[in-house]
Amino acid sequence: MSLFVSAIGQGLLWAVLGVGLFLTFRILDFADMTVEGTFPLGAATAVAAISNGMNPLLATLLAFAIGAIAGLITGLLYTKGHIPILLAGILVMTACYSVNLRIMGRANVSLLGKSTLFKNHFLASLPQYFDSVFLGTLVMVVITGIVIYFLQTQLGQGFIATGDNQTMARSLGINTDNMKIMGLMVSNGLIAFGGALVAQNNGYADVNMGIGIIVIALASIIIGEVAFGDLTLNQRLVAVTLGSILYRFVLLIVLKLGFSANDLNLLSSIILALCMMLPVFKKSLNFKHILKRGLDTND
Amino acid sequence: MTKPLLELKNVVLKVNRNTPEEIMILDHLNLTINAGDFITVLGSNGAGKSTLFNAIGGDLSIDSGQILLNGKDISHESVEKRTRFLARVFQDPKLGTAPRMNVAENLLLAERRGQRRTLAPRHLNKQLDRYKEITATMHNGLDERLTTATGNLSGGQRQALSFLMATLKRPEILLLDEHTAALDPQTSQDLMHLTNERVQEEQLTCLMITHHLEDALTYGNRLIVLHHGKVTFDVAGAEKKALTTEKLYSFFAEIE
Repeated sequence: MSLFVSAIGQGLLWAVLGVGLFLTFRILDFADMTVEGTFPLGAATAVAAISNGMNPLLATLLAFAIGAIAGLITGLLYTKGHIPILLAGILVMTACYSVNLRIMGRANVSLLGKSTLFKNHFLASLPQYFDSVFLGTLVMVVITGIVIYFLQTQLGQGFIATGDNQTMARSLGINTDNMKIMGLMVSNGLIAFGGALVAQNNGYADVNMGIGIIVIALASIIIGEVAFGDLTLNQRLVAVTLGSILYRFVLLIVLKLGFSANDLNLLSSIILALCMMLPVFKKSLNFKHILKRGLDTND
Repeated sequence: MTKPLLELKNVVLKVNRNTPEEIMILDHLNLTINAGDFITVLGSNGAGKSTLFNAIGGDLSIDSGQILLNGKDISHESVEKRTRFLARVFQDPKLGTAPRMNVAENLLLAERRGQRRTLAPRHLNKQLDRYKEITATMHNGLDERLTTATGNLSGGQRQALSFLMATLKRPEILLLDEHTAALDPQTSQDLMHLTNERVQEEQLTCLMITHHLEDALTYGNRLIVLHHGKVTFDVAGAEKKALTTEKLYSFFAEIE
């Protein structure tokens, strides 16, 4: 039972990454590698700030801001510097590694004995693992709500149009460069925010904790889509959180089967690859249609 | 009686600048477009028709010369800025609409062409009745498919929607780049009729590239021919009415 609750809690905390990546991967329609650097960047920022006596909530918000700056750099390299997005992301991701070491001073910093978001009186009074379930639910409701609202504003519609048809967006006066930069900033801000949450939950930040992050974030998106099928945009955003929880269950099962935690990256990649190949396996079921549709928000 | 709306003065546009393959696509081109002109643009492949549109639209920057709108130099304005007065319909139906957004959402985007987009809610549902009326004027079933993703529409419906989007917020200048060329003959003709009707009704200033000589003669009050980056032929009014396909063919034979 406690494993089950723990998986839900972890799924909720990590779901922030899925929603963040959704903005670039599904809406702007490109893969942003920066996230592998911004996740530990957020963790490092929060841990360093808390160690220096900053309030955990402020430290977590600071992580968002620093992550957004990393996204801004990727965005500028991509739009103004005309560096292909994949390479721009890898450049910033690589640079983040050094920055993270600078921020933390060493490869691994513990939060032992320090205050975190999880150590307030109310969360500490909950049964084991329910603290992350509660905080994760709160965070995801707020973030998903904000993203859903934003996507249905005039600006949000311009943002969606940029990813959907750039030529058209430009011909309607939408500044597509700015939209991409904005998307990368918010996306990486959210990923760093997730990094800050996970670091506080784990009680430490590690410079290598970013490896495989894009796979985990993609897994929650894809598993949500595969599991729930034909959805509108709003429903798809909610499905990301559910997908993230399902992914944790899958990991739980895999570990129960006797694999070690060291195998997780290999297994995650295999799971994601299989999910992404479903359209090939099941052409007759029209999976491609499910994965590609659903940017319209008429509920 | 008419005043120049858009003037192109000595416009030069080169590609592959400063390389041995440098080509001058627009060669000191001069063109004055008056408010209310409906100009059909003819010319062989490579004559510079699409480049002319891209120069007006701002997708390509010009090497020298001037582009004036109502006397104001807009040669260096960005594509986004120019959309305040300019609307375009492309040849490829895929280019004109956002495939994963539905018909109503596309219309909503188009209605704010060239305007600031804010964090105000879009209020799509309030517009649906009005959009239904507007799309019904297309007579192709678009009004029944307001909540359909445009990627699932037929090419004809998509192109009709693109045209509707371009004219929803009245543009000072409308550029039609062979917008009926990718459609089957009947659909193409329907959209051409509709285009003509709308341009007349709204008294739009419009440039239309076409390879269809009959269309070029039937529609519009003015006809120009581009050749090697220059306007080599420019007729309007009664003179244009007197033009026939034979005369045009012999003219083309002459300049080749």
